[in-house]
Amino acid sequence: MARAVSTRRKLVVTVVAWTVGLLIFFPILWTALTSFKTEAEAIASPPSFLAFDWTLANYAEVQSRSDYFRHFLNSVIISVGSTLIGLLVAVPAAWSMAFVPGRRTKDVLMWMLSTKMLPPVGVLIPIYLLFRDAGLLDSRIGLVIVLTLINLPIIVWMLFTYFREIPAEILEAARMDGADFKSEILHVLLPMAVPGIASTLLLNVILAWNEAFWTLNLSASQSAPLTAFIAGYSSPEGLFYAKLSAASTMAVAPILILGWFSQKQLVRGLTFGAVK
Amino acid sequence: MATAHSRAAARLTMAPAVVLLLGWMLIPLSMTLYFSFQRYNLLMPGDEAWIGFLNYEYFLTDPAFFAALWNTLLLVGGVLVITIAGGTALALLLDQPFWGRGVVRLLVIAPFFVMPTVSALVWKNMFMNPVNGLFASLAKGLGLPPVDFLAQIPLASIIVIVAWQWLPFATLILLTALQSLDSERLEAAEMDGAGPLDRFIHIILPHLARAMTVVTLIQTIFLLSVFAEILVTTNGGPGTATTNITFLVYAQSLLQFDVGGGSAGGIVAVILANLVAIFLMRMIGRNLDI
Amino acid sequence: MRSALSLTGAAVAALLGTSVHAETISIATVNNGDMIRMQKLAGHFTAAHPDITLNWVTLEENVLRQRVTTDIATKGGQYDVMTIGTYEVPIWGAKKWLLSLDKLGPTYDADDLLPSIRSGLTIDGTLYAAPFYGESSMVMYRKDLFEKAGLTMPEAPSWSFIADAARKITDKSKEIYGICLRGKAGWGENMAFLSAMANSYGARWFDMGWKPQFNTDPWKQTITTYLGLMKDAGPPGASSNGFNENLALFQTGKCGMWIDATVAASFVTNPAESKVADKVGFALAPDNGLGKRSNWLWAWTLAVPAGSKKAEAAKTFIAWATSKEYIALVAKEEGWANVPPGTRSSLYANPQYQQAAPFAQMTLKSIQAADPKHPTVEEVPYTGVQYAAIPEFQGIGTAVGQVFSAALAGQMTAEQALQSAQALTTREMTKAGYIK
Repeated sequence: MARAVSTRRKLVVTVVAWTVGLLIFFPILWTALTSFKTEAEAIASPPSFLAFDWTLANYAEVQSRSDYFRHFLNSVIISVGSTLIGLLVAVPAAWSMAFVPGRRTKDVLMWMLSTKMLPPVGVLIPIYLLFRDAGLLDSRIGLVIVLTLINLPIIVWMLFTYFREIPAEILEAARMDGADFKSEILHVLLPMAVPGIASTLLLNVILAWNEAFWTLNLSASQSAPLTAFIAGYSSPEGLFYAKLSAASTMAVAPILILGWFSQKQLVRGLTFGAVK
Repeated sequence: MATAHSRAAARLTMAPAVVLLLGWMLIPLSMTLYFSFQRYNLLMPGDEAWIGFLNYEYFLTDPAFFAALWNTLLLVGGVLVITIAGGTALALLLDQPFWGRGVVRLLVIAPFFVMPTVSALVWKNMFMNPVNGLFASLAKGLGLPPVDFLAQIPLASIIVIVAWQWLPFATLILLTALQSLDSERLEAAEMDGAGPLDRFIHIILPHLARAMTVVTLIQTIFLLSVFAEILVTTNGGPGTATTNITFLVYAQSLLQFDVGGGSAGGIVAVILANLVAIFLMRMIGRNLDI
Repeated sequence: MRSALSLTGAAVAALLGTSVHAETISIATVNNGDMIRMQKLAGHFTAAHPDITLNWVTLEENVLRQRVTTDIATKGGQYDVMTIGTYEVPIWGAKKWLLSLDKLGPTYDADDLLPSIRSGLTIDGTLYAAPFYGESSMVMYRKDLFEKAGLTMPEAPSWSFIADAARKITDKSKEIYGICLRGKAGWGENMAFLSAMANSYGARWFDMGWKPQFNTDPWKQTITTYLGLMKDAGPPGASSNGFNENLALFQTGKCGMWIDATVAASFVTNPAESKVADKVGFALAPDNGLGKRSNWLWAWTLAVPAGSKKAEAAKTFIAWATSKEYIALVAKEEGWANVPPGTRSSLYANPQYQQAAPFAQMTLKSIQAADPKHPTVEEVPYTGVQYAAIPEFQGIGTAVGQVFSAALAGQMTAEQALQSAQALTTREMTKAGYIK
């Protein structure tokens, strides 16, 4: 057999891969298309794929019901804020776990991950009471705190697995050159760790953006992000597929576009130690 | 090796993360533990009293509890099987050279960015609805009776929705692992006359074992607390067909506002989650020397 | 690097700072048509009250109920105006969780409120919530389909007529289903319908000793009739259909009959939304000659939680939203057929409304036919037609709703469902201390 891939084989793979890719993507595409239909066309059977009267009315309707931009801004602040604070706490922790492991490091790491398995509903009432007393209900800072804490284990784990792949010899070499503790981190470790940190940052922004339990339960109006925006559409009266689609598209589009554009950076560090 | 100085520094740098998580875990958990021994209904303030293990007794003898336990296992297991098998297949496919690879990759990872609430709403209404959904339209076009997904096969439908969301994650991790495979080993095996299936079983699969473990670990963490998808689509029903432990605790504490009963359920869920955690960590520990 | 970090810190702090305006009130509301209309018209209110800013939190019914109940019970203080139902008002009012709304201004005219609605919102002579719209339930049917089948709908049909007609109209090959009824589990969804239906069969939730009654014959008849009817003449997927799903089905011409909230009348007769707008007739909810019809009574109301720091602004808003002037405003902007119904006698005396809303008299008759204080044929210890106004009911009602929903989905028989409902209700009532 020739090593060079035959054109015929490549053609077959292309067709199969595109078919599978489009099938997986189809629900999102369909939602986006439906958002431009009228309500009647949205439930027409057989459905029309592209040949319908394109309209922006649903977007106008959704915007007139609730201010998209306020929710959008809250989503940005909460997801970016919690990710930055999370990184601030997690980078040093992951660094020391990766480079100065102790006997208990593994246990600590596993314990951190296990805290993420606790069902959030079980502690909602206590948290609600604590937040009430601290005046954090319906505040962005409260949501930032909660999302930082629930995503911290993932951040630490992801950074840890990435840092582990940085060869320790480089650090040793830097130490030989007389670099002190601080400059070791700043000049040697950080540049090498940037791809991993970038990837962690992106993943966390995505997770925080899509978190719907805490953001819905601890926010009312001031701090409500896009998850609350979409909660008003779960079954309004009458025909609502087109409006639902428009609201969904508005809620998902920013993070989808971010994800697509930064796909390379996201994927580079997204190994969780899967590769030796 | 690490000096005493750097060890001390290491402990110090770990401290914030550890203290924060410890606080996040212990404070609400001890409150939950306390509530779980109380008669405490939010709607009846002033009626609180110490009632010992009564809340646990009611939670554990609730017929819904065993249904929920079983549903949780099915949900986690089902999604893991689909995403790992599908993810492996997709990774193998995307690893081949073909035209438009970059674009197809973007299409495949897209579901990962969709909010669980949105994906549940979209699947429920626009696809699975037996009258106006797209699947119903398709079935009608083919002359078949439409399937009422969320009533006839509710849990399977939810598994499909959740698996759709997690398939990209599994695919990406497995693809990265696949790309790190030394292609010379595959070529050598091919020279020795090993067929595609042989190569898959003896070279690719063992190489992916580690990545599969990682996918299992990370996904299980998220799958144990699947909630929004159930709330939006079936509300745990019909009956208890799609009630998992998380949803059962939710129903206790936020539909019945029985904080005592809900807290007892929460503690039971924490214990169960820890059992799963120990089991998983054992598995990881063996497969993943960190 | 350090300066970069502190810069980031400052930026984060700046972004996180929450701005609080003195007179911003938060309004939690449900995502149904009348409420969304109010939201759109709220510009008229803020124009007249420039010192008050409104923040809306629009949620789906179940989520809304969970959010506001958690908030009021823990005194979280996140909302200044809450949209709550007639189920919550007596319980919360008795606990003094709500502020009195007796003084809503000289022009409010509380005596104009419909007596059956107002009495449900009044505890010991104090009004605790102002009704935004009120509803009962009735039969909505397709006159064209009835004509084609040679049937005439009486003004007050019996269950046997309804069952018979539903089966005759059904033509599954054309996607015409004789009857659409609620099947989605929830105390405010399928159980609202089923409890009201059970009343007309002489059933009740509890006897005078708070013992659940699902093991009695009237309940058996109710559930057997319901399941049989839905199997023969109901749409597919009925076990996940609530009010909204059925409305969509009816509007797209797929239901022959629909027994549901009277407010639906204005949606199904609105040509902009409904394909069958000109073909809809109305009748009272069916009965069995036992003296109780199967219609419920419900109102969505606005109330101020006791913890609100902006109570005056909140009351000002409520007085506007539930006033005669608001009704006139909706009539001017959107037409008389779209005004929030079921709260004020003056609306039903208005000839313009009577003309624009062919369903007005039937709605009024249905509301008047419901009696929350004496909902059942036999005596009961609770108030509420389609619910029992005790705090435990939400949980129990929803769990029982799940069981009947499962029976509708074909996962269990009527017999099994009733046994299971009886067992779980007994369990919860014992736990809550009603049954010693």
